[in-house]
Amino acid sequence: MGIEEKLPSGVLLTTVEGVAGYMRKASFWPATFGLACCAIEMMTSGGPKYDLARFGMEVFRASPRQADLMIVAGRVSQKMAPVLRQIYDQMPEPKWVLAMGVCASSGGMFNNYAIVQGVDHVVPVDMYLPGCPPRPEMLIDAILKLHEQVQTKKLGANRLAEIEERENAALKALPTSDMKGLLR
Amino acid sequence: MSDEKAPDQAAVDQSPENAPATTDPEVHAVGVRSGMFGVKGSGDTSGYGGLVQPVVLPGAAQRPFDGWHEEVASALDVALAAGGVEHAVESVVIHRREITFHIRREDLPAVAQVLRDDPRLRFEFCAGVNGVHYPADTGRELHAVYHLLSMTHNRRIRVEVTAPDSDPHIPSIVTVYPTVDWHERETYDMFGLIFDGHPALTRILMPDDWPGHPQRKDYPLGGIPVEYKGGSVPPPDQRRSYN
Amino acid sequence: MSTTEDLYAGTSETSEGRVFTVTGQDWDQIAEGLAEEVEERIVVNMGPQHPSTHGVLRLILEIEGETVSEARCGIGYLHTGIEKNMEYRSWVQGVTFCTRMDYLSPLFNEATYVFGVERLLDIEDDVPEKAQVMRVLLMELNRISSHLVAIATGGMEIGALTVMTIGFRERELVLDLFELITGLRMNHAFIRPGGVAQDLPPGALDEIRGFVALMKKRLPEYAALCNANPIFKARLEGVGHLDLEGCLALGLTGPVLRSTGYPWDLRKSEPYSGYETYDFEVQTWDTADAYGRFRIRLNEMWESLKLIEQAADRLAGLEGAPVMVDDKKIAWPSQLAIGSDGMGNSLDHIRHIMGESMEALIHHFKLVTEGFRVPAGQAYVPVESPRGELGAHVVSDGGTRPFRAHFRDPSFTNLQATSVMSEGGMIADVIVAIASIDPVMGGVDR
Repeated sequence: MGIEEKLPSGVLLTTVEGVAGYMRKASFWPATFGLACCAIEMMTSGGPKYDLARFGMEVFRASPRQADLMIVAGRVSQKMAPVLRQIYDQMPEPKWVLAMGVCASSGGMFNNYAIVQGVDHVVPVDMYLPGCPPRPEMLIDAILKLHEQVQTKKLGANRLAEIEERENAALKALPTSDMKGLLR
Repeated sequence: MSDEKAPDQAAVDQSPENAPATTDPEVHAVGVRSGMFGVKGSGDTSGYGGLVQPVVLPGAAQRPFDGWHEEVASALDVALAAGGVEHAVESVVIHRREITFHIRREDLPAVAQVLRDDPRLRFEFCAGVNGVHYPADTGRELHAVYHLLSMTHNRRIRVEVTAPDSDPHIPSIVTVYPTVDWHERETYDMFGLIFDGHPALTRILMPDDWPGHPQRKDYPLGGIPVEYKGGSVPPPDQRRSYN
Repeated sequence: MSTTEDLYAGTSETSEGRVFTVTGQDWDQIAEGLAEEVEERIVVNMGPQHPSTHGVLRLILEIEGETVSEARCGIGYLHTGIEKNMEYRSWVQGVTFCTRMDYLSPLFNEATYVFGVERLLDIEDDVPEKAQVMRVLLMELNRISSHLVAIATGGMEIGALTVMTIGFRERELVLDLFELITGLRMNHAFIRPGGVAQDLPPGALDEIRGFVALMKKRLPEYAALCNANPIFKARLEGVGHLDLEGCLALGLTGPVLRSTGYPWDLRKSEPYSGYETYDFEVQTWDTADAYGRFRIRLNEMWESLKLIEQAADRLAGLEGAPVMVDDKKIAWPSQLAIGSDGMGNSLDHIRHIMGESMEALIHHFKLVTEGFRVPAGQAYVPVESPRGELGAHVVSDGGTRPFRAHFRDPSFTNLQATSVMSEGGMIADVIVAIASIDPVMGGVDR
């Protein structure tokens, strides 16, 4: 990567993280990956009423090489899954994935042979947005929460430390399938 | 009148009053539906588990039909006789004012040609092919249903062709109605019906190397159980269901 | 990253020749490889992820220079198995599935499925008038919103971005109306067997009339921007030509068929839901090209506005009329209301079923758990969706679930004309031709 990855932890790195995070989130270009109904809601979020341009995001880059964010909007079928992965691979780092809608988050209402039950089977997801389809306001809310993640993303040595810390926490945490007695 | 009425005697045999009233003189049975609440074996104390009901589809109608149905049927008979395929029509079903011609599969291209070209029939528009899988209709499991529309006369008919599971071949009518190209490919993809004479019968909706034909009744829905914090809901085809 | 290292992009030998995947920084390899092949033909793959292919459509184009010599469509990238899923749900739940097929005209999917179910149930004549008028109103609103998206995305694909923004701006007005009446912006599941799910809320008629008045001022903008625009005409006139013979042979319906001059519209020839009592015209054009289809869509929006006005006038006289069929064994029982803890059965309904009527409780229980039974048989009742003839072939075996529900989707059939419309033209014209067919991949792949 760049020089920012080589900076030692400290005030300088934190400042650079803040600046880089701000730059990234203020001009966060999505790649067009609209598949089904959620794509239409994504398009309306880019439209005049729920303007995504005020976040710097109205340029939906057709080429994944120029995009930061992949909004997987819609149901991913078995035939489409390799294409999804290929597009994700073509995006340069840093990249984020927002699974828009229940079909992208978990397969949605289509619990069957044809739909991948959640795109996290195929790509790593940073933000899940439920809804069928989610309203444009919900999409913008998810994007703003993702902006916070982008703003606070650590670089270099800080990032490696954070990854290690998260892994240790996840290894010790109780898996959700063992959380009993919560369905009341 | 029978002397003893045993509980396990069929209701119809116990007393003639128990015969069901039938309005349709002929029905076509395709299997049975047993039970009512999807419970099998013990655990069902309601007794509904022992219910056995036949699944009946509407049966063949008797000539002469009403109105334009009769017109179309007789025009079709005449045209088929002229073409040398008199016995193509196996039966005609009229249900809810919609007419369905059940055709022998070997004669399908000839019938389609006649339906399209004969001036009294003129069904120029084929809305598409659909497949239906009746696993209980032994010998005729796979049905291909064609919906035809005559824009000249403004009427619609349905043509139905059957094929057994062991020999799922139906002649293709792409040369008569080019629009069924993709529809036949989809029916092949979903049901395994092979349309002989189709120029490029490949999978169209599923990936090219997908095994099996998804919309057949013996193909599972393929879902996964949904887990949420310790609870788990089975996929729709494995849940307890009402019949 | 060179092509040989990328898992998905390696050069491979196939039965048709060598396949190159261009991913960047590999131009030398590609040029070398191509120089080795003596063949001149290049097969280019457009999509399935592409901003201009109208959804997840894969176009396989064989080109010589800029001219397309062969064009094929690869579909199936959005296949959801909706039809199979419907076989495991009750008849009313089937509406929520089929509404997501052609996601730009959800109410039409619902309508054709529900008409098929009602024909099998033999309650076609018992659907109350208010429900029929509401169905017409909602379908025509949907037609406007669908044509707006068609024009907006069509414009975007040829570079007219203002058309896209104004198209989506107008569509918001329609979606606000949908939200007011049905509760959702898209995928409503509102038209149910027997009628519609809920009555019109108070104030809806004023909103509808306000919407019509506003649209009458906004629609001329599209005409002003596009109709006589030289760039627009140059890109659309003469492109995607398909005459009447071709349309009928390939089974095309909708604006494509009407652009040849043949006034075939199911609302006039096989009217459903009371369309024969409304006053509207079938719009045609005579040039059989993309420009004609665009003009037809614009004119159809005006006709839909007329229909909406007429429907609103009728609804004004139908205050308090039922919106569900009388037969309590079929009619969806509950009315929803917002309570203190969210949305649920309205308290009036709960009081009725728990305190007042045992039969109502039984009906509610049976309908919500098991659903009603539909007599065995099959039905096919097509409707005129914004894209053409949309028909649901509904097969019942007498049970509580659809035995088979297949949707004859207009986009599926209309897309077959891509090859005919594009071969011999230029690559840019392929985009315009497909935009003029206006396929919705959800309906194509189901």
